[in-house]
Amino acid sequence: MMDRLSAHYWLNEKTYAAASSDAVIARRREALERFEAMGFPTKRDEEWKYTSIKGLLKPAYKLVSPFASEYSDEQVEFKDIKQYMVNDIDCYKVVFINGCYSSWLSETTHQGFDVCTVGSAWKKYPEIVDAHFAKLSSQGGALSQLNTALAWDGLYVRVPKGVIVDKPIQVLYFTTGSQPTFISTRSLIILESGAHAEVIERHQSITKEGIWVNAVDEVFMDDNSSLHWVKLQHDRDSASLTQHSIIEQGRDSRATFHTISTDGKLIRNNLDFRLTGTGAEANMYGLTLANGKQLIDHHTRVDHLAAHCLSRENYKGIYDGKSHGVFNGKIMVHQDAQKTQAFQNNDSLLLSDKARIDTKPQLEIFADDVACSHGCTVGQLDEEALFYMRSRGIEEETARAMLMVGFASDAIEGIQHPSLRAKLSRLIGLKLGLNMEFSV
Amino acid sequence: MLQIKNLHASIGDRDILKGINLDVKPGEVHAIMGPNGSGKSTLANVIAGREDYTITKGSIHMEGKDIMEMDPELRALQGLFLSFQYPIEIPGVTVSNFVKTALNELRKGRGESAMDASVMLKKMKASLALLEMDKGFLSRPLNEGFSGGEKKRNEIFQMAMLEPRLAILDETDSGLDIDALRIVANGVNALRGSNRSFVVITHYQRLLDHIVPDHVHVLYDGKIVKSGDKSLAMELEAKGYDWIKKAQS
Repeated sequence: MMDRLSAHYWLNEKTYAAASSDAVIARRREALERFEAMGFPTKRDEEWKYTSIKGLLKPAYKLVSPFASEYSDEQVEFKDIKQYMVNDIDCYKVVFINGCYSSWLSETTHQGFDVCTVGSAWKKYPEIVDAHFAKLSSQGGALSQLNTALAWDGLYVRVPKGVIVDKPIQVLYFTTGSQPTFISTRSLIILESGAHAEVIERHQSITKEGIWVNAVDEVFMDDNSSLHWVKLQHDRDSASLTQHSIIEQGRDSRATFHTISTDGKLIRNNLDFRLTGTGAEANMYGLTLANGKQLIDHHTRVDHLAAHCLSRENYKGIYDGKSHGVFNGKIMVHQDAQKTQAFQNNDSLLLSDKARIDTKPQLEIFADDVACSHGCTVGQLDEEALFYMRSRGIEEETARAMLMVGFASDAIEGIQHPSLRAKLSRLIGLKLGLNMEFSV
Repeated sequence: MLQIKNLHASIGDRDILKGINLDVKPGEVHAIMGPNGSGKSTLANVIAGREDYTITKGSIHMEGKDIMEMDPELRALQGLFLSFQYPIEIPGVTVSNFVKTALNELRKGRGESAMDASVMLKKMKASLALLEMDKGFLSRPLNEGFSGGEKKRNEIFQMAMLEPRLAILDETDSGLDIDALRIVANGVNALRGSNRSFVVITHYQRLLDHIVPDHVHVLYDGKIVKSGDKSLAMELEAKGYDWIKKAQS
């Protein structure tokens, strides 16, 4: 597959070159070389010790040509995708189908700030995109490098100084087709000082064919900016996602990410924060509900590079069937990052003998005046609590589901929009077998 | 209401209950007293249907029905309620959600429709008032971070909501200061009636000053060794349990 991907790049290099500067092409070539040198990750790679992508490499994927939409709007009908959208919150919408922008389904803006696509930003603001493209991802692993070589489109947001984006930005990456397809998506978010934005992101396959989306997000947050990002990972069990999101944060900025992973075949999230300005704050919350043969892998990393920064991390997971979870949370407190506060927690429930979680908190501290903690628990449902609930007349199955929803609830508490939170708690309840309205 | 005959129960290979006989009639309050380790909590848990115990002999009937094979939730549906000695903390489930679910599950079991939300809220408010509890209780995660007194009040609050026919109060007085004890006892007394019975399990007599029992039993080494009226409780308070132990050995 590696050879095919490389050939695909060279075949399309002219198209890439037509859209951007020579500097970007040079970065793409470098990234491709790095990818070729690294090769696809294997379990021998420390970062991929528990997650094998062997299965992902098998299908003869169709590769999509850059900047060429193969899906006209008529082929994907609104009624087929409406259910995957958050409809009850007024949002900007940026919709892609197999990696290509669908203007018909989208609602973008350039009034006061830009909510559009990387592809169109390359035409409108080439200097800005060129200046940022691959700046953060250049240190990434093989899959990030592959994305840098091949990706050409995804969400683009740029918010000028002091501007607050008035409503959430919903970005939807739909995938479809009659054969297995490999897609690269890439977003670029630039928040200038004091800017604020909210993003709701979803990758959704609408075909039964095997889909592999390999995504990269680069987020630049200037001083005092703030960002809320909700990742909804409820894809089909034939669809896989590997994603690397890198967030660079300036002074007193605040980023909050919620990753809700309930469905999909293989999900690998790499979520990296670089706290470069003093007083920056990064919050990560995750909820994983896995069953069947799902593999859901969260790798997070926070680099505390400046003093007085705060990172909070709380990931919860419930694993049933033969599912497999991975949590690897790395906190690096660098030498200059005095007065760092870093808190990390990962709790897992295993509901079956065959389910498995590999959890590895990693804390490396090179500064001497810091407050850091990490903890992880792995357990089963509390039998005492079950008896307590049943003794009040609650059926065993409902009691189990309530306990699980209760366990999961703090992972979504911080989601700002009540209707999105309610939608998620319904979805979580349903996934856990609780067929009732359940408020958190 | 509740008839227990020659009940033997064990946990692992340890016999704990060694032939309990108890007959609780509608409207009666029975107090079960006894030293630590005599089997009081085991008795409460066995009646409520905890699965850790093996019943080796005897029978438990509620209103003529054999409840021994019933799941705990079915026993609750028969009208049984156990106020826990150590109420369990359940993160992420609020008091109101829990009580609402329990009440509606019981209604469903009786073939009734779910309770109207406004009726439910009224009932909750009345029950809160009975226990001198603040409305903020409802939105707190069940028992999480509650003080000992709050936990016990919350148990009686749930009892007021679920309106059982037979309530077993397992050491409801433990960990309560005098004010909380009065509040909890007032709550229980308000729920007394000709068709509701109580089994009050306690180590000390002081709860029985507030909840006056019709019958008092002394449990020792898995058996009821002495029964009497409320004066027995006072005798125990004055003399301690040693004379009971001596009489048995």
